Amino acid sequence: MSAATAHVSLRGVTKVFPAAASGAGLHALGPVDLELQKGEFFAVVGPSGCGKSTLLELIAGLSSPSAGTVEFEGHRIAGDIPDGIGVVFQEDACFPWLSVEDNVAFGLRKAALSPDDKRRRVRDVIDLMGLGDFARSHPAQLSGGMRQRVCIARTLVLEPRLILLDEPFGALDQQTRLLMGDEVLRVWRQTGATVFLITHALDEAAMLADRIAVMSARPGRLIDVVETNWPRERDSRIVARPEFGGVTARLWKSLREESLKTIGREAT
Amino acid sequence: MTRVTLYRVLVIALAVLALEVLCLTGVIDRITMQPPHRILYDLGVILISGKRNAAIAKTLTNASIALALALIVGVATAAVLHGHRAVRETLDPLFATYYAVPIFAFYPLLIVLFGLGDAPQIGIGFMLGVVAVIVNTLNGLDRVPRVLLKAARIQRLGRIETALKVELPCAAPYVLTGAKFAVAYSLIGIIGAEFIMSRGGMGYEISFAYNNFDNATMYPLIVLILAVSISINASLSWWERVLLARRGL
Repeated sequence: MSAATAHVSLRGVTKVFPAAASGAGLHALGPVDLELQKGEFFAVVGPSGCGKSTLLELIAGLSSPSAGTVEFEGHRIAGDIPDGIGVVFQEDACFPWLSVEDNVAFGLRKAALSPDDKRRRVRDVIDLMGLGDFARSHPAQLSGGMRQRVCIARTLVLEPRLILLDEPFGALDQQTRLLMGDEVLRVWRQTGATVFLITHALDEAAMLADRIAVMSARPGRLIDVVETNWPRERDSRIVARPEFGGVTARLWKSLREESLKTIGREAT
Repeated sequence: MTRVTLYRVLVIALAVLALEVLCLTGVIDRITMQPPHRILYDLGVILISGKRNAAIAKTLTNASIALALALIVGVATAAVLHGHRAVRETLDPLFATYYAVPIFAFYPLLIVLFGLGDAPQIGIGFMLGVVAVIVNTLNGLDRVPRVLLKAARIQRLGRIETALKVELPCAAPYVLTGAKFAVAYSLIGIIGAEFIMSRGGMGYEISFAYNNFDNATMYPLIVLILAVSISINASLSWWERVLLARRGL
């Protein structure tokens, strides 16, 4: 797929954070070249501090690259938040003073929809995320997993064409993570959006993604891209397949040496 | 009623009862203080007769204006300062030492600037309340989680919209804490200024009654001020508890 037709395209993207008082800046990322195809589920794994979240923030437009270009649907992103992108963060980003319903409706306040259409769309997304019985509840009354579903619902209500997930299940227990993974796969199939997932969990990446990029230790670069070849209709039960172990083994093979670098040890 | 609330009510009731006994037995003579039941009776008489209504209305109106100004200017100033670190760091020593300055020392200056009307009194009430609002609002804004600000950016909110729809609602419990201080300070400012130089208001009436040994006016007005201040503060505390409870705090 060429850059002209890619849904998201990164060319020579580098991020260097300015130095504090003296010395050189912190080279956090890159150069990275990457293309995401429309409708694919793409995951990135890498050692701690390798620049995964920096990469996501560059695609989201939350920060600008020091060098290189990021394009979404053919338009260059340069520190502005483009229309059509939704982000779910690892931390709880629910607005605690709003009910679930109002949290989800927050993004629609400027949408050119009638009040009835807005209400309908909010209700549909709340139902889609299984939060129908908690629409009037406040986030503090919900579990961590449910709050993360509220954040996903607030993203989905805008019908984004690109969904960026920054370790969205990092604070959840393993069972909840697997079930949330099922829900994300269901939403991905239903919406047809492109999904870009950052995670430190190899099994999560292997279960969810069509393609998985492995990043090096800082400065983060893409050192391997693994294709899972899973069918589009899939859920967490895919972890029982014999090939699943092969995917995670390949990811770990690529990642092990880089992870050792981050803790100051050489591979043996 | 919880056990703690019951204890609180009991402590107040016992204190009032003790005062009543001391007054009725002559330990505290009548020129010094009326017994509490008499103060309440006199307060009823004052309110029903309407003789002091103009003074009460003047004080409460001026205190409300001072409070409203302190809240609007305080919250707006905090929202602006929060985005301008250098300005904030420059002003931090002023905020830290502000209440060490006797604000009433500026009252003559305010009279020179604004004349003998209500404006200098409102000015004193405002000056006493505004920094409490600024400091507490800044405290709340400092605690807004960064992820909420990122979420606001993703939702494509501008700077002002982010402040109005995300930062200030998130900081609301802290703003309310500042408001509670501002209620007390604005009343102190207005009544204190009326004591010093005024021809009306509850402060003036209390001062006049004090100079004329008119306990039937002085104590009821003091009780009325207490009741107003405590009622507003209790309402704000209740609202604060509701906001915190919604957040699981």
